[in-house]
Amino acid sequence: MLSYLFYILGGLTIFTALRMILASNPVHSVLYLIATFFLISGQYLLMNAQFLFIVNLIVYAGAIMVLFLFVLMLLNLNKETEPQKSIKSKFTMVISAGILMITLLAAFIQNQHDPASLPLTDIGLVKNLGRVLFTNYVVPFEISSILFLAAMVGAVLVGKQKNEEMEEINE
Amino acid sequence: MSTLLIIKTVLILIVFGITLGIAMYSTYLERKVAAFLQDRVGPDRAGPWGILQPLADGGKMFFKEDFIPQKSEKWLFILGPGIAMFVACMTSAVIPWGGNLTLFGETFKLQVANVDIGILYILGFLSIGVYGIMIGGWASNNKYSLYGAVRASSQMISYELAMGLSILAVIMTSGSLSLGDIVESQHGGQWNVFYQPLAFLLFIVCAFAECNRAPFDLAECETELIGGYHTEYSSMKLGFYLFAEYINMFISSAIISVLFFGGYNFPFMDDLGLSENAITLIGVMVFFAKITFFIFFFMWVRWTLPRFRYDQLMHLGWKTLIPLAILNLMGTGAWLIFKDQF
Repeated sequence: MLSYLFYILGGLTIFTALRMILASNPVHSVLYLIATFFLISGQYLLMNAQFLFIVNLIVYAGAIMVLFLFVLMLLNLNKETEPQKSIKSKFTMVISAGILMITLLAAFIQNQHDPASLPLTDIGLVKNLGRVLFTNYVVPFEISSILFLAAMVGAVLVGKQKNEEMEEINE
Repeated sequence: MSTLLIIKTVLILIVFGITLGIAMYSTYLERKVAAFLQDRVGPDRAGPWGILQPLADGGKMFFKEDFIPQKSEKWLFILGPGIAMFVACMTSAVIPWGGNLTLFGETFKLQVANVDIGILYILGFLSIGVYGIMIGGWASNNKYSLYGAVRASSQMISYELAMGLSILAVIMTSGSLSLGDIVESQHGGQWNVFYQPLAFLLFIVCAFAECNRAPFDLAECETELIGGYHTEYSSMKLGFYLFAEYINMFISSAIISVLFFGGYNFPFMDDLGLSENAITLIGVMVFFAKITFFIFFFMWVRWTLPRFRYDQLMHLGWKTLIPLAILNLMGTGAWLIFKDQF
């Protein structure tokens, strides 16, 4: 039963991910990406990782993608204003993405586990995950939170207008 | 197991029916409350005291022309109200409506799903609710709709932060994310509103903003934006948007009662000497009384306070509510440590 669900969800995820790349309208593209995030959250739920499921929904589908959609809707992108990339950068991207795919394939071919029938554990429940994060992994956890804080302060600093600029606007 | 499944299915159907019924009669109540506050009579033609008015309104909505603008994105235009309604109906799944009930030798809780992540589930669906408005507003291909959608969604994103922070303080005192546990921890008059008055104040302000209700209903500010994000909508699609707002109001009232006013708990519930079933049934009624009061409160505020200006709204959200919520969070943490030490 669960493995059927896994394959249905997986197939739909690949479908929406492809549509995201192939869609010509950027807003449609973002909407497909949101659908992809939903389906990936579904996979988390299949593994009984409730906390990851809901955090993925809140953070990615609910917050980050809303901002993406926001910007795209206001920019009103269309064919005429679409930026064209040079052939050199296109080549670089294709080659690096290809190398990444080969690496991933090599890693997954080694792994003989059936992805559809992972053992159900309780590690994804809030209590267990919190306990693990604050005992075994407390140093990486705190370091990553400092990184986030630094990124936030940096964003505020970049976004903040200098006093002189503000005065010019006010005049 | 199968009995449990049947009971849960029946419970889902009942909750769904009650949600829709209450949302329907909220529209009637809104007009009656508005009439009362403005010294008018209000709807009184359809049936005694006009209680058939919601049915008449619903019928009217269904039979209006269902218009889709030619230059709109047709599928997204249809999807918008669908998402709004779907999200509004989903959130009722984790709300604990009552205590334990024993029927046919089986004891069960009056809650569809007591999941571990109850309150996060509600926050998650809240943040998805933005899409209904954004997609609808953008797909209409109308400047005013887009402005309305942008206003509504930026307002919802901004106030979600303060709301999440104010909920965190409550989670810290009750030590669980599950709504069932949060209600149980308030048993015996230990209501969170007495321990977290600031969090309650912040939460209720944010709830008004999240529901796009007055005084934060800038998304549908008629003098500036015609109808806001649903300018181009007609018939039952418009009905869905308006209806979703009333469902959200009902769910928000339920969550306020659960988080801060003890949910189905009521004073002296252990001293009455009644059987557990009777206590549960009274509890459900008390819970609905609390919800009705907060729905009334929503309307009371709407017909009392004038609308905010947009920059005032953003100032209030980012420069007042969020710092206050963080202070409250730090204060709660300090208090919890202090309580453990002595």
